Amino acid sequence: MKIGTVLRAFVAAIAALGLSQTAQAQDKKTSIKIGFVTFLSGPAAGPFGVPAKVAAEAIVESLNAGKAPPPYQSKGIGGLPIELVIIDEAGGATKQVSEYRTLVQRQDVDIVIGYIGSGDCLAVAPVAEELKKLTVLLDCGTPRIFEDASYKYVFRTRPHATMDAVAATMYLLDNRPAVKRVSGINQNYAYGQDSWNDFEATIKTMKPAIEIISSQMPKFGAGQYGAEISALISSTPDVIHSSLWGGDLEAFMLQAQPRDLFKSAQLVLVAGEPYLHRLPGKIPDGTIVGARGTNGVFAPDSPLKRWLVEVYKGKAGLEPNYPAYSTAQSFLGLKAAYEKAMRDKIGSAIPMGAAKNVKEEMEKAYSPPNQEEIIAAFEKITFDSPSGKVRMALGKGHQAVMGTAYGTTRFENGVVKVGNIKYYDAEKVTPPEGVTSLDWIKSGFKRSN
Amino acid sequence: MSQLLAVVIDGIVYASWLFIIAVGLTLIYGVMKILNIAHGSLYALGAFTAVSFCTAWFGHNYAAAGSFAMLAAAAIVVGLVFGPLIERGLLRFMYGKDEVVLVLVTYALFLILEDVIKLVWGVDPLLVQGPNGETPYSVLGNFEASGLSYPYYNLVLVGVAVATGAALTWVLTRTRSGKLLIAVIHDREMSAAMGIDVGRTYFVTFTVGAMLAAVGGALTAPTVSVVTGMGAEVIVMAFAVVVIGGLGSLPGAALGAFIVGMVRAASIHYKPELELFSVYLVMAVVLIVRPKGLFSGAEVRKI
Repeated sequence: MKIGTVLRAFVAAIAALGLSQTAQAQDKKTSIKIGFVTFLSGPAAGPFGVPAKVAAEAIVESLNAGKAPPPYQSKGIGGLPIELVIIDEAGGATKQVSEYRTLVQRQDVDIVIGYIGSGDCLAVAPVAEELKKLTVLLDCGTPRIFEDASYKYVFRTRPHATMDAVAATMYLLDNRPAVKRVSGINQNYAYGQDSWNDFEATIKTMKPAIEIISSQMPKFGAGQYGAEISALISSTPDVIHSSLWGGDLEAFMLQAQPRDLFKSAQLVLVAGEPYLHRLPGKIPDGTIVGARGTNGVFAPDSPLKRWLVEVYKGKAGLEPNYPAYSTAQSFLGLKAAYEKAMRDKIGSAIPMGAAKNVKEEMEKAYSPPNQEEIIAAFEKITFDSPSGKVRMALGKGHQAVMGTAYGTTRFENGVVKVGNIKYYDAEKVTPPEGVTSLDWIKSGFKRSN
Repeated sequence: MSQLLAVVIDGIVYASWLFIIAVGLTLIYGVMKILNIAHGSLYALGAFTAVSFCTAWFGHNYAAAGSFAMLAAAAIVVGLVFGPLIERGLLRFMYGKDEVVLVLVTYALFLILEDVIKLVWGVDPLLVQGPNGETPYSVLGNFEASGLSYPYYNLVLVGVAVATGAALTWVLTRTRSGKLLIAVIHDREMSAAMGIDVGRTYFVTFTVGAMLAAVGGALTAPTVSVVTGMGAEVIVMAFAVVVIGGLGSLPGAALGAFIVGMVRAASIHYKPELELFSVYLVMAVVLIVRPKGLFSGAEVRKI
């Protein structure tokens, strides 16, 4: 009797298990699970990582509620609500690769959006390819991702960093043609070195007469810049180029400002935009700043921009900075691609009456697109974003291009304002397909062979 | 000539900063044989506390000069709270264990404290800054040397470093407690047998060492933006300095800081691409010639 009960319970349990499994298998997709990776700790968290996270949460909330302006007014992505799984990017590339595997294989996310550090992007991209998981790179800048390799599953919805250097040089020469002596201070790691090398190469190509005097490469997170500042002052540059960011930029400005480094030298801050509100009075007037694209203060007014500002301000109380714009680009790019894939499927479905299995064909056409179909739609897509139109034009349709802008700061009534804004078209500041950034700069910015 | 002078000034300023941070590390190692990785967190705690104290000070619109008192107060508070807490609450259970175990213990503590800092102060970079942007760094004004202007704040750093070194040397060589301390360094068991309170010696040493780390952090806070993770950067440099000088040696820490400061300043002025490399080159050369550091080996006495 007892054994009988146990057996029956066992069988019932097995049956239930089997049922739930088949139920799950037949279950229609009810949400899109997106793994979102961004710095939640470490030096990059404050200026980049956390704004990106806040933006992601605000954007997803608004998209799920169907409150975004057209063409993004449909709920979630393709009608399915978005579910976010947020992961900390801190800890280095090796850790990120294993976190990525966990995200894909255990958490079973549908899509991964993320990565701010160039090293993390370079490390994760091949793994995404190996695991065959659609991955949208969020905010890293290195051009090498699609210049040194080719990916099927990896997309980047923000332009790469070459345009930052090229446009900075154009802006500088447009506004100050008499510049003669240039120095730089950049962090000694991938992004800092790439930035400086691109800038140096662009200067040498566009105006070889300019003398490059010194390039300071302090350690990432060095904190103390006394000797660097002395060396910069004694090299008497007209212009100082810097891609410093985060605590390093703030420390450098705090230490350099009282020492009158900027009395004679004009500063070019390639990634200076997120700090304008943090360092009022510390950013000298006439500093050339960029936002790595037409983001933030450079974003042209549009319903999408107003939407991003509104949802972001609702969460953070601040204007969104450029990582928030990059985040918007990645979610909206994905949504645009997904919904284009849906339309493509329906459009290419066999016309009614022409086929025998009308019901099955129609069901297939209206089922959510699979990953391959999303990728096919994503490649070479053009979509609207709060920073303007984004074209996936490079890297066989996987790398975005956009124009960019630079401006000059002035301190007014306690806030830093950016004026004299100049826009640069994508064609002028981005290499054509198949040419690496450095080769393109050295060739004198040739568009065709 | 003028550039040489600039190198010397920059070198001395940086060396002073390094010395303030490294001296606590070497003191604790010299006496307790603990390589205290959590020194970096204590440094960060000093900086974060200094931010909070100074912000409160500026919030009351008190005179900016008084913010120096806030820096000192921050260092003292952190030292007096966390020093005893860590020593009594954790380390005293670990005495007698292998040095490697103690490194792991303090490393774990470092990770915990980093998260504590995140919980208390968040991840946004913080600034020590008055309502009109004044900081203890800029409030003293500048002096001119070899055509460059330097903030007087740098002289404060040099002064604190020299005073710290002198005070520690005086205590160790001229006072009764210093002599007791040296006895403990030489032979812990024998000292205990002779009636020296070893536990108390350790307690005081660790508290002083913690306070020195916090002094370093508090003095650094006005010159940087205070961010999580700042302790990790510092512990590496402090370790390099201490290893060059010889672990546990006070003059070693001074000489190590001086060498690193000078080499770094010279490379920044003459060959900036070698900056990072130069410091570790010096460390490698010193360790090849004297594997235990400059002030170690022949001397039995370590502090």
